[in-house]
Amino acid sequence: MQQAPVQSSIIKQQPSAIYRVLGDRIFLSVVLLLALSIVALTLGLGYYLYLGGSQTINKEGFFGFLTGTTWDPALKLEFGIWPFVLGTLITSLAALVVSVPVALAAAIFTAEYAPRWLAGFINYLVDLMAAVPSVVYGIWGIFVLAPFLREIIYLPAFLWAAENAPGLSPFLGNPAGYGMFTGIVILSSMIIPFTAALSRDAIALVPAAQREGAYALGATRWEVMQTVILPYARGGVFAGAMLALGRALGETMAVAMVIGNGNILPYTLFGPASTMPAVIALEMKEAVEDLHYSAIIGVGFYLFLIAFIVNAAASYLLNKLKVGDQRA
Amino acid sequence: MRKLLIATTALLGLASSGLAQVNLTGAGATFPFPVLSKYFDEYLRVSNNQVRVNYQSIGSGGGQRQFIEQTVHFGVSDNPFNDQQMADIRRNTGSPALNIPFVLGAVVPTYNLPGVTQRLNFNGEVLADIFLGNIKTWNDPAIAALNSGVRLPALPITVVHRSDGSGTTFVWTDFLSKVSPEWAQKVGRGNSVNWIPANKVGGRGNEGVAGVVRNTPGAIGYNEVTYAIQNRIQFGAVQNRAGRFMVAELPAITAAANVVLPGDARVSLTNTQAVDGYPVSSFAYLLVYEQLDKNKAFKSEAEARAFVQLLKWMVTDAQKFNEPLTYARITDAAEARALAMISRITFQGKPIGREIVGR
Repeated sequence: MQQAPVQSSIIKQQPSAIYRVLGDRIFLSVVLLLALSIVALTLGLGYYLYLGGSQTINKEGFFGFLTGTTWDPALKLEFGIWPFVLGTLITSLAALVVSVPVALAAAIFTAEYAPRWLAGFINYLVDLMAAVPSVVYGIWGIFVLAPFLREIIYLPAFLWAAENAPGLSPFLGNPAGYGMFTGIVILSSMIIPFTAALSRDAIALVPAAQREGAYALGATRWEVMQTVILPYARGGVFAGAMLALGRALGETMAVAMVIGNGNILPYTLFGPASTMPAVIALEMKEAVEDLHYSAIIGVGFYLFLIAFIVNAAASYLLNKLKVGDQRA
Repeated sequence: MRKLLIATTALLGLASSGLAQVNLTGAGATFPFPVLSKYFDEYLRVSNNQVRVNYQSIGSGGGQRQFIEQTVHFGVSDNPFNDQQMADIRRNTGSPALNIPFVLGAVVPTYNLPGVTQRLNFNGEVLADIFLGNIKTWNDPAIAALNSGVRLPALPITVVHRSDGSGTTFVWTDFLSKVSPEWAQKVGRGNSVNWIPANKVGGRGNEGVAGVVRNTPGAIGYNEVTYAIQNRIQFGAVQNRAGRFMVAELPAITAAANVVLPGDARVSLTNTQAVDGYPVSSFAYLLVYEQLDKNKAFKSEAEARAFVQLLKWMVTDAQKFNEPLTYARITDAAEARALAMISRITFQGKPIGREIVGR
């Protein structure tokens, strides 16, 4: 009864008819249009990459282009991108394997163990790592990391293998310092912040009631971590890892500067390798032959396909990993 | 208010009186970018702030592409158009393209050999064998034979090459293709090639190659001589066709062009016949349409005339800016050839090139 006047005042301020009738529909169509534009953008990108690369893809065949191992833009004009595909996958996955434990450890330490001031400091540094441009990582890689790794790992390992295990030498490759292993180390350090930040947030989101319940049952800190926090947060950790993998697959400049850019298979651990983004960035500028130019755009198309497959697989797995009500 | 308006209009009119301002756009090679910036900076003064040139150093491949798509007034390239491209341009636009040389560059072998202070000597065969991976250590007899008196260490060689497409790579592989049949057969020449030795490393850009060479004992790479000199990197002498070991100094690079130039100046100067020429030298070219009106980028005759005047200035007066920037100037014969090409330029049938060059 007492609410009646309030209600009437709302009715008095009724919006004009056009909003009442069309408001929702206009909003819906605007939102729909914008959402569809993303779909169109993605499909259009894929289509134009295919179109740009079609000259070479048609010449080499859809799978021939993918599985060919010779990339010769000068003499035979023969283009196969398998060395680049392999280089991209190996460096990205290896970087992921190296970086996830470090990132997870940093996230657990800052979220659970560290005093607040230290956690804040570490988090600040992790965020800073994400903000450093990749060309800066590359320069650091050329002038500091590669010579350093050569002195403390590559040369000793190479010399040791030469004396004690000659069978191993062909797998180690040229210990000059610029090669696959250096690329993996650079990539790992670049993608740590992504996994670390998302894992940290996921761990912070574990409900307090769950932890307290576990502590009440007499669990130790390690047991709480193992049985409550990590299972609950694994969706977030995985999402962070996938974001990091996406970044690693597409990372161009820093890798191009230290990986040695060799495309002769088989790859060796220390020897030069190459990746798809690197070959695009490096050869696009001076690709004079039409076939070469088209081949480079074709590399972009296959990179697009790989990113698409990886993302689809990731979102499928992510959904599987979610716990209880997190699941969509 | 009205007075103010009139005054402003009058002022504006004064400022733009005389010649109309001309803005020209060019795109292409990165190698001559420093010397081109200097030219265009100076030319703004020479032309009383009337002619502004905006040059985008996007690489020779990009420059050729933009030139063919006619989005720029001129292109710049480390290598001239080949016969196929020349024919295509002529067929598609109705106008032949001109390749006008305006600066000379050279590529030198740079290396890092701890304990060796003398300048090393190389010849084409040895360089080809090193870059093919046939010669694997520094104390190889083939290297030692060229460097008597130098104590070469038994260090393994690391071959460093440009991993990005580059005119520098073209000049280097062009030279190796000419001096080594094996190279010509297995690798060939190009802005990017398929490098085959197992002991190789690719670096991005001049700075990438130089960085790897500096940080790797036993490394050998190749760099533009300008870059090597400015950054004080040790580089070797290369034996020319006449049998002399030449250091890439500016007079020796200029001398490499002392050969019989074809009428269109499209010539490879590597392994030059010139007795005192450095054998890994090359022209850089301005790419220009002979009939400027066929290039959609040109909107008016005034623009075309301003452009031809700029071209003439670049191959004559502006040459004095080359050497202070460690670029070699073109020879008198090349200058005459360039002027002859500029004088062929027309706009809507008017022989503006002949009028401006004066012959």
